Amino acid sequence: MSRLNSFRELEHLRERLRGQRQNITTTVMVCGGTGCKASRSQAVIDAVRDELSRQGLDTKVRLCVTGCHGFCEQGPVIIIEPGNIFYCHVSPEDAFEIVYQTVVKGEVIERLLYTDPVAGKTVRIMSEIPFYRAQDRQILSQNLNVDPCSIEDYIVAGGYSALTKVLRGMTPENVIKEIVSSGLRGRGGGGFPTGRKWSECREAPGDEKYVICNADEGDPGAYMDRCVLEGNPHLVLEGMMIGAWAIGARKGYIYVRNEYPLAVEHSRTVVEQARKLGLLGDNILGSSFSFDVDIARGGGAFVCGESTALMASVEGKVGEPWPKDIHTVVDGLYHKPTTLNNVETWANVPSIILNGSSWFASKGTRGSKGTKILALTGRIKNTGLVEVAMGTPIRTVVFDIGGGAVNGNRVKAVQTGGPSGGCLPMDKFDLPIDFDVLYEAGSMVGSGGMVVMDEETCMVDMAKYFLTFLQDESCGKCLPCRLGIDRMLETITDITEGRGKPEQLDLLEELADTVAQTALCGLGKTAPNPVLSTLRYFRPEYEAHINEKKCLAGVCKALITYSIDPDKCNGCGVCLRGCVYGAITGRKKQAHIIDAQLCQKCGICRSECKFDAIRVA
Amino acid sequence: MPPQTLEQTLEGRRSQPNQLIEVLQDIQKNYGYISKEAMQIVSQGLGVPLIEVYRVASFYKAFRLKPSGKNVLTMCMGTACHVRGARLLLDQATGQLGVKPGEVTPDGLFSVEHVNCLGACALGPIVAENGSYHHHMTPAKLRKLVETLRHQKTEGNQNVQAQ
Repeated sequence: MSRLNSFRELEHLRERLRGQRQNITTTVMVCGGTGCKASRSQAVIDAVRDELSRQGLDTKVRLCVTGCHGFCEQGPVIIIEPGNIFYCHVSPEDAFEIVYQTVVKGEVIERLLYTDPVAGKTVRIMSEIPFYRAQDRQILSQNLNVDPCSIEDYIVAGGYSALTKVLRGMTPENVIKEIVSSGLRGRGGGGFPTGRKWSECREAPGDEKYVICNADEGDPGAYMDRCVLEGNPHLVLEGMMIGAWAIGARKGYIYVRNEYPLAVEHSRTVVEQARKLGLLGDNILGSSFSFDVDIARGGGAFVCGESTALMASVEGKVGEPWPKDIHTVVDGLYHKPTTLNNVETWANVPSIILNGSSWFASKGTRGSKGTKILALTGRIKNTGLVEVAMGTPIRTVVFDIGGGAVNGNRVKAVQTGGPSGGCLPMDKFDLPIDFDVLYEAGSMVGSGGMVVMDEETCMVDMAKYFLTFLQDESCGKCLPCRLGIDRMLETITDITEGRGKPEQLDLLEELADTVAQTALCGLGKTAPNPVLSTLRYFRPEYEAHINEKKCLAGVCKALITYSIDPDKCNGCGVCLRGCVYGAITGRKKQAHIIDAQLCQKCGICRSECKFDAIRVA
Repeated sequence: MPPQTLEQTLEGRRSQPNQLIEVLQDIQKNYGYISKEAMQIVSQGLGVPLIEVYRVASFYKAFRLKPSGKNVLTMCMGTACHVRGARLLLDQATGQLGVKPGEVTPDGLFSVEHVNCLGACALGPIVAENGSYHHHMTPAKLRKLVETLRHQKTEGNQNVQAQ
């Protein structure tokens, strides 16, 4: 394909590509996202490709290796159109049957269908699987139609028509007006109105301006940006191009975590493809708009998710935040006006331009519009990526989509918003997913992580976990964050190790309040949230640790002991071989014993015992 | 360390201080760590003071300043993996190999590391072995993996490429 010099040439190309695909009768979509790749989907992809060519179907059947379909737990996943047939846990050995039975004969292979664990029945069609049924997949559904590394696929699916619409007939002011009235708010965590950010950046003095895509998804338990950037990078790029046109930027950066090798590779590929077609570079599609994008790889620092730290990192420096007395929309990257948005925010832009702001604003609540992608993980049946309209109750996500807790356990809490968010108990599950409502409740939507916890999760340990994370990730520049987190962690460690005193709870609250008020950057200011929210909703658990020296969830090592129930133990020896500390003794077929002196309470024996004989008290 | 490869890494980036992290990423990828000599060459090549190169190399978690073991076992300690027992895996690995996180076994075969999230949260707990992900890990599976890798030591090149 050669460089496109006008809007008409892009449309011609689109028509030509669509014409070439007229003969295609069936599309086999195999997930090539990171989750399915970890389940060895590459072998499935190769096997299906070989099988299609062996049965002479290459020209009629399109094999599309797509980005994430969201239901990672079931990987490798295949969807076949027409029919919307959904196969899960597919292995390379299934390739012949899939091609011969389903693709050629149109028959469904029962054993590859998904079984709904609640109803106990198989489900044939993707859209009828409970996990997908309650979702509103505006962005994620676009992952299905395209091979992330194929600009042809993206163009066939209507790609870059939002850009054309903008360049042909919208002034930058009109674009900004449209984004403002859509009510789009930043998906990265802050929830700042995107249109206002763009408008302030456009009005900022200076000719040299930048746009940045924040793909430094450092929140543990969140991976939605990874899937969007891996699965549909052209969509993100198109969003950035529209933003650049609106604010008057000629240069953009995608700042992506190096821990996401596939996202790095795909970003690089699409930028190259867009350059070749003249969609990046000078005078894009013959217009006056010139814009180019570079990829900057992150170095694995959580703090670089903060806008100023990220900009320092793009400049090749240590990722330390700077005070935002003057906003980055005026004084950002290289001291130039800079608009920084998160991956999901950019990905929302093309649809808003194409469908109009009122379409976008028709979904959601008064203050939070559109849809939000959530990473539903933890101790829950159906884990994966979920996209729902803003305003959907937490309960719907955890129970209708997630299917409730694993092992018949009781759901205790959900942690939203990562280390900056908080833990919400069951009685708050009717709250809608809404920036302002969750903030009021002591948590936040954040970037969309939703980690479900059950009765085997200790909430004091959770607070300790996040403080350990934050202590490790604090850049150390400002004192409140550097020392405040240290002291809070010290106090919580006392509590989890049986040295806690009742007055320490007040001290924790006071410390948390001080850090929240005085830390330099947004991450420091929100760092106390996990402590504050667990204290607010799970105070009795803290009190049990302090007053009764008990960890009811059986997690905090200093407060529990391991023993073997002689009635249940049949002396199989699995625990004995598994104990890395040599703390278990016993003869074959006789009940084993744990030496309390040697036991490190790691719990490995308990996780391996098939007879539920290891007791924790 | 073959200096020409370092030179190649620097090519087209000379005197561009903003390329520091990118250059260090490439060195980390090629050599497995950032040596003192590499930092000196980068400092000269990009025109960045050596102290700043060291500061950046020691600030970001992606960079190692010492060589790692032949097999790098990376435990994901993200929230989703944590609530599904990632701690057990770290205990298993450190207990079985007798090293602390960040250390290399005396025979140079293994290093154990932990990261704060690998972003495959739905499949946790995750252990990455030289960049290749193992999902739904249990202490028993990890023990077997370590034993398998240990016995591969005589088979020469067994690199598992990052996907």
